[in-house]
Amino acid sequence: MTSDSPYGQVLRLPRRPVRAAPAAPAAAPRPALTDLHPARPADPAATGFALARLADRAGPVLWVQDHASRRENGRLYTPGLRAMGIDQPILHVAVNHPRDALWAMEEGAACAGLAAVVGEIHGAPAVLSFTATKRLVLRAEASGVPVYLIRGGDPGTLSAARERWRLSALPSAPHPDHGQFPGAARWEAELFRARGRAPGRWVAQHDPRAQRPADRLRLVSRPDDGAVDAGDQPLSDRSGG
Amino acid sequence: MRAISRYRTAPGADVPVVLSRDGPHGPVVQCADRTAAARGIAPGERVVDVQAIHPDLHVEVADLQGDQALMRRLVYWARRWCPWTVQEGDDGLVLDVTGAAHLFGGEAAILRDMVQMFAMQGLTARAAMAPTRAAARALATHGETPAICRAGDVAAAVAPLPVAALGLAGEDVRLLTRLGLKTVGLLADVPREALMRRFATAAEERNPLILLDRMLGRAPDPLNAPADPQRFLARVRLAEPVIDPYPHLKSLADDLCAALAEAGRGARQLRLTIYRVDSEYRSVQLATAGATRDPAHMLRLFDGRLDGIDPGFGFDLLTLDAPRVEPLAVVQERLDRARDALADVPGLLDRLTARLGQDRVTWSAWTETHRPERVEARVPALTGAPAAPPILARERPVRLLNPAEEVRVIYAVPEGPPTQFRWRRTMYQAVRHAGPERIAPEWWRDRPGTRLRDYYKVEVQDGRRFWLYREGMVGDGRGDAPRWFLHGFFV
Repeated sequence: MTSDSPYGQVLRLPRRPVRAAPAAPAAAPRPALTDLHPARPADPAATGFALARLADRAGPVLWVQDHASRRENGRLYTPGLRAMGIDQPILHVAVNHPRDALWAMEEGAACAGLAAVVGEIHGAPAVLSFTATKRLVLRAEASGVPVYLIRGGDPGTLSAARERWRLSALPSAPHPDHGQFPGAARWEAELFRARGRAPGRWVAQHDPRAQRPADRLRLVSRPDDGAVDAGDQPLSDRSGG
Repeated sequence: MRAISRYRTAPGADVPVVLSRDGPHGPVVQCADRTAAARGIAPGERVVDVQAIHPDLHVEVADLQGDQALMRRLVYWARRWCPWTVQEGDDGLVLDVTGAAHLFGGEAAILRDMVQMFAMQGLTARAAMAPTRAAARALATHGETPAICRAGDVAAAVAPLPVAALGLAGEDVRLLTRLGLKTVGLLADVPREALMRRFATAAEERNPLILLDRMLGRAPDPLNAPADPQRFLARVRLAEPVIDPYPHLKSLADDLCAALAEAGRGARQLRLTIYRVDSEYRSVQLATAGATRDPAHMLRLFDGRLDGIDPGFGFDLLTLDAPRVEPLAVVQERLDRARDALADVPGLLDRLTARLGQDRVTWSAWTETHRPERVEARVPALTGAPAAPPILARERPVRLLNPAEEVRVIYAVPEGPPTQFRWRRTMYQAVRHAGPERIAPEWWRDRPGTRLRDYYKVEVQDGRRFWLYREGMVGDGRGDAPRWFLHGFFV
């Protein structure tokens, strides 16, 4: 009698332990859909993180907001983006219902002429189901457009996103000129679910003057993470940002 | 006088009415109505001078661009009488009715029909018919109308008209008047050699001899009529009335795109019209961001838009036309002749706008102002184009609350932002801050009494960076104690 279960069967183990080759930075695939969860309401850390990860692809950025997220977190203020090193024009789509926001994101994810698609959907509406995120992933994988979904006020529903981050603001770096001034922004970035890489916690910092766009986001391991080892590298070096 | 009829009832018949336009030294009279003309008000006079003489003058601003648009349409409308029509000057139409007059019952009848048709549109027409274009224009503008001039009578008919009827500029008219040549007849009596010598260096349009020759038919003066605008329309006639328009859309779009491709054009606007059996029609119109002649794209644009269309008891005729077209050349994007249909951003704009509405899909537009909420405006993506943002010297937040939300100050120090405040039922403690950045009200735009703002970048205890402002100052005389607002968030 044969069984599908491996229990009780003799398994042939490989002679040598397989070591996963570290992915080359250039070949590292950019995740098709990234979920960004702000840890607190009205925390712009997720916005900053998404902006810092926008690659230098040509073409406009589609930015979709539903009504609840506009009311809770305010609208995107484009004059502030230039300091973040964003040169692409932003195509704003302001809709009322999350259903329309998802539809607009799907249309954008299928259009390879865009640099990226960023969507903001507040709360956990019923239309933002696992199936909806799966559709987004499939469309984004087919076209190669990175999609970021900022889910404020989400209690933690299922998602097919390839990476899910939880982000919150940290006290800023010291200001170079004045001790009383807020300095460069720092965020705590926790990758709590990912495909193809290990979860972890980092202190993220954005450097708009970096030479390569991939280096704009700098991730430094938290000392209490426990993952710091002699062989470890900063995540940004491995994944290319 | 169109401007008046559009907005309010015209003043009484005894009130002189003029239209004004901007002149180099203030407004000047563009044209005057019958009452004003009877009082001696002539176009070109300054409005203030006329108002000093006639205190009861009624002045309206002329809509010059609207008038020109109307004239362009009238050129094509006038093809109801003959195929050769062209605009002459700012307010004239020239029609070549050779061989067309008998269709309307003779030359007198066609002229009477023209005056009547223009009168039905609310326009007063001065019509004249003559063997040459220049003679007809001269008779219409300076003679008795309606006038019909036979082939042999041109010289006699135009002889009493002033030399301005030749179409000369004011400077040349003055010169001829000074020479004693006040009418066309006097000018025609002058020996040709004398006129030729005197005006040897004058340009063609300002040479009285050439203009006279054209008027009398001695020099050719052809009429160059613009071609009919091409209409792109596909239609489906049905034997039986149906309710659902969707099954016929594909053949309509295919036909329209074939016609567009033949003409090398692409549609910027599309209009689907259904003609119902109860003699009503309904239409759906939509616009595209770029010229297109892709049937599949057109079908996707109409997807979901026809649900609100009311078919009534059914319809038996559908038309799909392109009211606005633009040249669209065939472009080979890649060597292997494959086209990257996915990278089509204008197509994406069309689909988003067709479904969500024009005001919801927008680019940023920029205004030169210091008020943060006014710097950025949103323009519909279909009509506008993305503009490069201005370079700001000051740090600006990435998110803005609109309108700004008031915070309750729990504990404040005399200078600087509040050290403890409450916003959205949560208490915050300011740890670090930078500022103030003072933004004064713009007196040329804001209402009087608007208070200044002092902006601070405030970092609270959990690390979030807020953009707070205080509205007003203590003792600025513009209201009571200043209030604090939260306006934006830094990354």
